[in-house]
Amino acid sequence: MAVKDYIRERFFPHLWCPGCGHGTIMGAMIRAIENLEIKKRNIVIVSGIGCSSRICGYLDFHTLHTIHGRALAFATGVKLSRPELTVLAPMGDGDAFSIGGNHLIHAARRNIDITAIIMNNSIYGMTGGQYSPSTGYGDFATTAPYGNIDRPFDVVELAMGAGATFVARTTTYHVTSMIKIIEKAIKHKGFSIVEVLSQCPTYYGRKNKFASAVEMLKYYKTHTTPIGSKDKKNNLELIERGIFVEEQLPEYCEEYDKVIQKASQRGRDGKA
Amino acid sequence: MKKNVLFLQGNEACVEAALYAGLDFFAGYPITPSTEVAELLSYRLPRKGGKFIQMEDELSSMCAIIGASLTGKKTMTATSGPGFSLMQEALGFGVMTETPCVVLNVQRGGPSTGLPTSGSQGDIMQARWGTHGEHAIIALTASNNQDVFAMTVEAFNLSETFRSPVVLLLDEVVGHTREKLILPEPGEINVVERLKTSVPEGTDYHPYLPREDGRLPMSDFGHVHRYNVTGLAHDMWGFPSTNPEVVYELMRHLVDKIQGHTHEISMTKEFHVDEAEILLVSYGASARTALHVVEDRRQRGEKLGLLELQTLWPFPDEIVKKRCAAVECVIVVEMNMGQILHEVKRVSDNPEKVFLANRIDGSFIAPADILNILRIIQGKGA
Ligand SMILES: Cc1ncc(C[n+]2csc(CCOP(=O)(O)OP(=O)(O)O)c2C)c(N)n1
Ligand code: SF4
Repeated sequence: MAVKDYIRERFFPHLWCPGCGHGTIMGAMIRAIENLEIKKRNIVIVSGIGCSSRICGYLDFHTLHTIHGRALAFATGVKLSRPELTVLAPMGDGDAFSIGGNHLIHAARRNIDITAIIMNNSIYGMTGGQYSPSTGYGDFATTAPYGNIDRPFDVVELAMGAGATFVARTTTYHVTSMIKIIEKAIKHKGFSIVEVLSQCPTYYGRKNKFASAVEMLKYYKTHTTPIGSKDKKNNLELIERGIFVEEQLPEYCEEYDKVIQKASQRGRDGKA
Repeated sequence: MKKNVLFLQGNEACVEAALYAGLDFFAGYPITPSTEVAELLSYRLPRKGGKFIQMEDELSSMCAIIGASLTGKKTMTATSGPGFSLMQEALGFGVMTETPCVVLNVQRGGPSTGLPTSGSQGDIMQARWGTHGEHAIIALTASNNQDVFAMTVEAFNLSETFRSPVVLLLDEVVGHTREKLILPEPGEINVVERLKTSVPEGTDYHPYLPREDGRLPMSDFGHVHRYNVTGLAHDMWGFPSTNPEVVYELMRHLVDKIQGHTHEISMTKEFHVDEAEILLVSYGASARTALHVVEDRRQRGEKLGLLELQTLWPFPDEIVKKRCAAVECVIVVEMNMGQILHEVKRVSDNPEKVFLANRIDGSFIAPADILNILRIIQGKGA
């Protein structure tokens, strides 16, 4: 199918600024879903609040645009009640790591089969450029006029620490591998986190001396490197991208099915 | 046929009723005095193929039941004051997206951590206005196990009928009192199932276009119709809109679908009200004490009656107004500083004849608390 078969043209034009990375991620999600040949009626997209989360309105699946930070909590309800559905949760970095941080680590801990796609632009786009938990030390934001003194999360380490069974990082420059990674993340049985570095030229770019979206994409090209590459050994500043974790552990909904089996084997008095 | 008689806590009666009403999915976080509900459901739900999940907090519990409801399930959470406070934003999302679900708040003393193991009725206004923005809500309460059962089933029924979260306001006393419950047979109490759209695949389904009767047939996530659900103001497609006309229609619909059906939603019980000169108005645990006082005083020839409210929101204006008009004075009996008192005064033609008998220290309201007020009203001194 063509890309337009996956979007709700009725609601275009979209609200993203020219050069925003979020549209690229939406395109990659569509390609991944198409490659996996999943039926549209079997896909549920659950997002929070932010520029990133507006993706919900544009995609022609079952879409649930919720409240700031809680996408994964809603997604958990959807998935556990209908495990046969494929559930994706695209979120902003503020959404996922700040207000929604608790839900992120707990969804990871449970290993519930949801694909979290974190559209990380290191800034709060929707509210106009305030610093987020992934804004770099020393970066500028509308609430960090003297430079940010918060230390950023390393999302990959955070996800691994929380027990996510699929952890990957990619960028809006590396579209082909982004599609492959999202495909694998969706196919993965268990909780997957895909961090996509995504440019916000309007706020992060402007505040941090990036002349354009293209400059930011070039930055992703020159400042990232495949996991374990030689370049990384020579330059520790480089950000690694690729799949960090991919392991099979019992998935939450399947575990719950076992609970149902055990429970139904018991008599009314609770004895076997 | 022999009736199935159980002896159990109010919280357990609530669980029996939720299962009777067709509960499929529960998400919650432990908190006194509601915890028994979660514990019992973790045991009972999987036995019927339903799902139970203990979430990381109450915010996520509220979110999870909304998510599950959209897949076509009957869902519920249970909490008490602190947790109810955390649920407010997501409760508003349920209101805005018109998602059926039941939120049980077994009230305890507040504010803050307050009195975890004591009864209170301090969350009546929070149930009405706790989530931000103009909206309508349905809130029910009950005073004994048989009514807990009936009101719990009703909570599910109303949430489906009006596509709205329904708040079930019990309190520590009712939740933890052990007494008899005659378990209704299947079919004895009406159970409302979800109204689903009959629009076939390939034809446009407008998830947020009310029918002429104001109702909105639903389509489950996973079914043929794909649509958007958002907490932003939205049009008939569920797509965000800031068009004043669209927003106005939405706001009117959200409020009118409930306020405009107050008479259908209003449930009360009346005890000796027809001959009463003094009317007690009460609800929940307080109504137990109020009823005791009424029965006791009537034996001494005093003309007391009780109007017990089971629907708190939308407030049953007409019933209360009519009953207040027929008596010399009214005493509102509640365990707060007058949250329902103000409503009764608002609808009464003689607000100066409406008095409060209350208790706010965590002790269960006693007959003496009502009798003290009664003596003053009757001119017998304090
Ligand atoms: C409870 C709550 N707090 C604050 C906000 C305001 N708010 C909306 S979006 C947002 C942050 C968006 O940043 P991010 O999640 O990184 O997404 P982006 O817009 O950058 O894509 C905030 C703080 C809100 N909607 N709800
Ligand atoms: S503000 Fe930033 S994140 Fe939001 S749409 Fe514009 S470029 Fe994208």
